[in-house]
Amino acid sequence: MRKYVALISFLVAGLFLWGCGESQDQQPATDNTPKFEEGKTIMVGFSQIGAESSWRTAETKSIQEEAKKRGVNLKFSDAQQKQENQIKALRSFITQKVDAIILAPVVETGWEPVLQEIKQAKIPVILVDRGVKVEDESLYATLIASDFVEEGRMAGKWLAEKLGGKGNIVELKGTPGAAPAIDREKGFHEIIDKYPNMKIIKSQTGDFTRSKGKEVMEAFLKAEDKNIDAVYAHNDDMALGAIQAIEEAGMKPGTDIIIVSIDGVKDAFVAMTEGKLNCSVECNPLLGPAAYDAVEKILKGETLPKKTIVKDQLFDQSVAARVIDSRQY
Amino acid sequence: MKPFRRKIRIPEQLIWPIAALFILLIFNFLFTENFFHIEIRNGKLFGSLIDILDRASPLMLVALGMTLVIATGGIDLSVGAVMAITGTIIAGLLAMPDFSILSWFNLPASFSLALCIALATGIIFGACNGILVSFFNIQAIVATLILMVAGRGIAQLLSNGQIITVQNDTFSFWGNGYFLGFPFTVFIVIIGFAVCWILIRKTALGLFVEASGSNPVASHYSGINIRMVKFMIYGFSGFCAGLAGILVAADIKAADANNAGLYLELDAILATVLGGTALKGGRCFLAGSLIGAVLIQSVTTTILTRGVPVEYTLVVKALVIVMICLLQSAEFRRMIINRFRKTGK
Repeated sequence: MRKYVALISFLVAGLFLWGCGESQDQQPATDNTPKFEEGKTIMVGFSQIGAESSWRTAETKSIQEEAKKRGVNLKFSDAQQKQENQIKALRSFITQKVDAIILAPVVETGWEPVLQEIKQAKIPVILVDRGVKVEDESLYATLIASDFVEEGRMAGKWLAEKLGGKGNIVELKGTPGAAPAIDREKGFHEIIDKYPNMKIIKSQTGDFTRSKGKEVMEAFLKAEDKNIDAVYAHNDDMALGAIQAIEEAGMKPGTDIIIVSIDGVKDAFVAMTEGKLNCSVECNPLLGPAAYDAVEKILKGETLPKKTIVKDQLFDQSVAARVIDSRQY
Repeated sequence: MKPFRRKIRIPEQLIWPIAALFILLIFNFLFTENFFHIEIRNGKLFGSLIDILDRASPLMLVALGMTLVIATGGIDLSVGAVMAITGTIIAGLLAMPDFSILSWFNLPASFSLALCIALATGIIFGACNGILVSFFNIQAIVATLILMVAGRGIAQLLSNGQIITVQNDTFSFWGNGYFLGFPFTVFIVIIGFAVCWILIRKTALGLFVEASGSNPVASHYSGINIRMVKFMIYGFSGFCAGLAGILVAADIKAADANNAGLYLELDAILATVLGGTALKGGRCFLAGSLIGAVLIQSVTTTILTRGVPVEYTLVVKALVIVMICLLQSAEFRRMIINRFRKTGK
């Protein structure tokens, strides 16, 4: 028996090693963007976190397609949610002597050493969608991201207007401690607190998932029943779960209970065209154009502000049907 | 012993989880508004108690399989991942026409076919665990850990990391439908439990399972094919997890490979242990595990309905579970009784 155990563990170990080796080889292999103009082509390295959500896949696509459009030679690397893979990719970008680096950091800390190396190689770094915590801010050129607090404010303003400044709201929060959850709560409360007749009567985490959103909403409906006027969900998936719970309770989502959420994924637009979701604040993942604008400006010698805010849009039912076909994610 | 005890015959291990559930319900009866309120809406029963049964049913199914696995002295950590896989497969087969095998054979995407394929996948993955554990003697916790990690990856691979939304009425009925006023999921659990109970308590299989868990060497020499028993039980656990995965996906009419069944293996182990089955194997209590699962869900639903602040939710849940565990511990009860006797003097 022991022999078999040893054999299997060897096989497993072998598989892991093989997997590692392959992912390293992939970086040069994925470089299939043709050089458009000899001599003047910009070479950009992009280290992406992974492909864990449709939002992130859309971001990757945006940056890749914009590179093709502008004739940028893009070196793409997928880190599969691991910081060490991102650091490896960044080091390989240095040796490849890229002109600029786009980085979507998986976590906030631990970037100082590698950013220092990049700075010594005189390569500008553009952060997208998430920030890093570093003492020396000159380590990166700019951060291009959405303002989560502003998204919360937009949702709050829309809801206050819709309800006429009066009503009972239940809140489906994101994962406790996650930056979008904290900021979207903060922005929403800022607005709602100004209206004395608008109350958040229940607030629970739905972990950003559909099934948890549904379960929490079911419990809210049992506790408050017809008392709920509106739902504020920190992301679309939880709102989609809540919609099902409301339907099963024999009420009409979108009419009996107003539902507001954030992200603007495709399924949310489908729900809006069906009249079940009232409004979704888009958190724009199409950061490609803004990222290359920043690259070009830096290469021309301009200095950028440390934070570039991407403008987010609010979509409600009146526009949903018109824009649904143009949604890319 | 008094003669009437033999007639009731509730095993001692079951008394404490039932008592804990009872205490929790009494607490809710006294302090949580509307908790026992049940009304009929659109021909369906509507209320917190019904929610508990509905929400607990995937966990109950998984706990059935887990109980038998634990009875053989093993453990199955991969159930959550198997749930994610089968959910993804059934949703993919129903919603994505170019999803793998069906298109190769030019088969139509019917619900029953998709259901069979998804369940078969669950059994196959369970059987893989069974092979590793029983034929290669790999420790159960290690063997199933492999699938726990890799399985979710497989599910994400199948779904490209996206949520697959399904529009299919039969599929949706499995998760949301009502039959005779009760959620359909409850009937699935009842059928699952009945089949399990008959196999385990009315045939020799139960004896084989419990014997191979409590004393493998003696069982081997008395002629029980322990390997076969274990192999089959892991397959059965895969089947239970697969069915639960389908229910979870049907519930939200979508397969979420990243989150479906996440950490459910821990809840299932907890439900089994709360239900009186010891982790070292041997005797198992199928009904106890179901009560354990209902108990866990009751705690969750109570927290959600009462509106405990998010930051305290996990701590409150842990405290309640600790209290239940203490209540179950004979040692702890003896200590308390002794303390009372001393002060009584």
